[in-house]
Amino acid sequence: MKILVPVKRVVDFNVKIRVKPDGSGVDLQNVKMSMNPFDEIAVEEALRLKEAGKAEEVVVVSIGPAKAEETLRTALAMGADRAILVETDDAVEPLAVAKILKAVGEAEQPGLILLGKQAIDDDCNQTGQMLAALLGWGQGTFASKVELASDAVTVTREVDGGLQTVSLRLPAVVTTDLRLNEPRYASLPNIMRAKKKPLDRRTPADFGVATAARLRILRTEEPARRMAGVKVGSVAELVDRLRTEAGVL
Amino acid sequence: MAILLLADHDAAGLAGQTARALTAALQIGGDVHILVAGVNARPAAEAASRLAGVAQVLLAETAAFEHALAEPLADLIVSLAPGYDTILGAATSTGKNVLPRVAALLDVAQVSDIVEVVSADTFKRPIYAGNAIQTVQATDATRVITVRTASFAATGEGGNAPIEPVEAVAACGLSRFVGETAPISDRPELASARVILSGGRALGSLEKFNERILPVADKLGAAVGASRAAVDAGYAPNDWQVGQTGKIVAPQLYIAVGISGAIQHLAGMKDSKVIVAINRDEDAPIFQIADYGLVADLFVALPELEKAL
Repeated sequence: MKILVPVKRVVDFNVKIRVKPDGSGVDLQNVKMSMNPFDEIAVEEALRLKEAGKAEEVVVVSIGPAKAEETLRTALAMGADRAILVETDDAVEPLAVAKILKAVGEAEQPGLILLGKQAIDDDCNQTGQMLAALLGWGQGTFASKVELASDAVTVTREVDGGLQTVSLRLPAVVTTDLRLNEPRYASLPNIMRAKKKPLDRRTPADFGVATAARLRILRTEEPARRMAGVKVGSVAELVDRLRTEAGVL
Repeated sequence: MAILLLADHDAAGLAGQTARALTAALQIGGDVHILVAGVNARPAAEAASRLAGVAQVLLAETAAFEHALAEPLADLIVSLAPGYDTILGAATSTGKNVLPRVAALLDVAQVSDIVEVVSADTFKRPIYAGNAIQTVQATDATRVITVRTASFAATGEGGNAPIEPVEAVAACGLSRFVGETAPISDRPELASARVILSGGRALGSLEKFNERILPVADKLGAAVGASRAAVDAGYAPNDWQVGQTGKIVAPQLYIAVGISGAIQHLAGMKDSKVIVAINRDEDAPIFQIADYGLVADLFVALPELEKAL
């Protein structure tokens, strides 16, 4: 079985982003970029399935600017076999991403598509569900455990009330949650080796997908800032202030 | 045109988040119909019909809807979609699972996690873990939206909407329910609790988390939350996680104990009315947003707090 893993290049999770003062967006100049952490978990899971003999090939795909090649090389250094870069400088919305991934899926015919449940930049949490819909496949979102068999995948999902387990007919789409695994670090030799692994360059037009935005972004602003309050000296003072001053006890 | 609101429910009753998502729906404006899909879900439908401002409740009762699996539920909503220009739901694990699938099947964009209704087609939503707020205008004919319920008050009762049965759609056979963990706690739900007591990695173990946090929570009548670090370490179950990718909460009182305050955690609780931080490290970032900060060892402070309440 082949596993396809879509990955996104995003602002590193440790970066405190800055909103441009003119309201036109977030300043991404000279900011550290990394693979979306949830996608890193998806790459790791695909590699573990391959290492367990459940899959033969792990193909990673990214839709984004030329620099998204770095993200793909990271996945290749972790152990993915080959990569596809669908190059565009447009901000591509989840629906258009899902349409491109559908076309990639139809060309590659994977048994499973594994991807992060959400990207930590736009926080949309849509792409996996949309991709499953467009392909007419089942979806196992927010996975904390994935058990792959030849014709079905059993997915344990992190839901509001705890855990839910579903079984999906293959092929299927699974989106990863935080507790699925801890991604490995790429070793230096593997980083060197990854530079020589195959990377296929495409454009959205190759797949006949228009990336025009359906959502008009009117403004991006700083959230209302919360001010630090006071330090209290003791538990007794805390309880007293919560009762009398804040009125919440 | 009308608005379709997907209900979160457990058949016996309606989730509090639906009454909050209803508030957003009413602000968008138009007849609001609530869809209750499930098995033996009439009590939930009746609860929905009592909410103020609801024009109609649609009740779809088929075994396929029992566990709110995305595939049959999305097909059902798509079959109803021609009658609506807005389809929305709370950004719960069900709403987040089902509605993007609906949007893709309708070939429209989804606006996720709205925190404010600016107009019928324009909304505010957080990006980058809430470190920026985007105002977006949806240009598609049908708008599919999930609502961040912590940002909207619940609509009260006072309605008496008719309950109409709706035709089920054919089962698609893509997915099958296998099992679920039963909710074990009789504490308030995180999403709707008035008070939340959250613990972090500083608790040190599952045993200490239970021993130190739970009695104080019960004395406060509080829901229990946890930081990602505490959940990852196995001190608390996943559904207690508060943060960017966990639950987003805005209680009257949020007490963070032994939580340093990573931006991902702050994203989940910074809209709480009053924030208390108890931490041994006086430089912990949590103090920058706390209304009341106590620099103390939690193993000393928590027993004192329990006694003082």
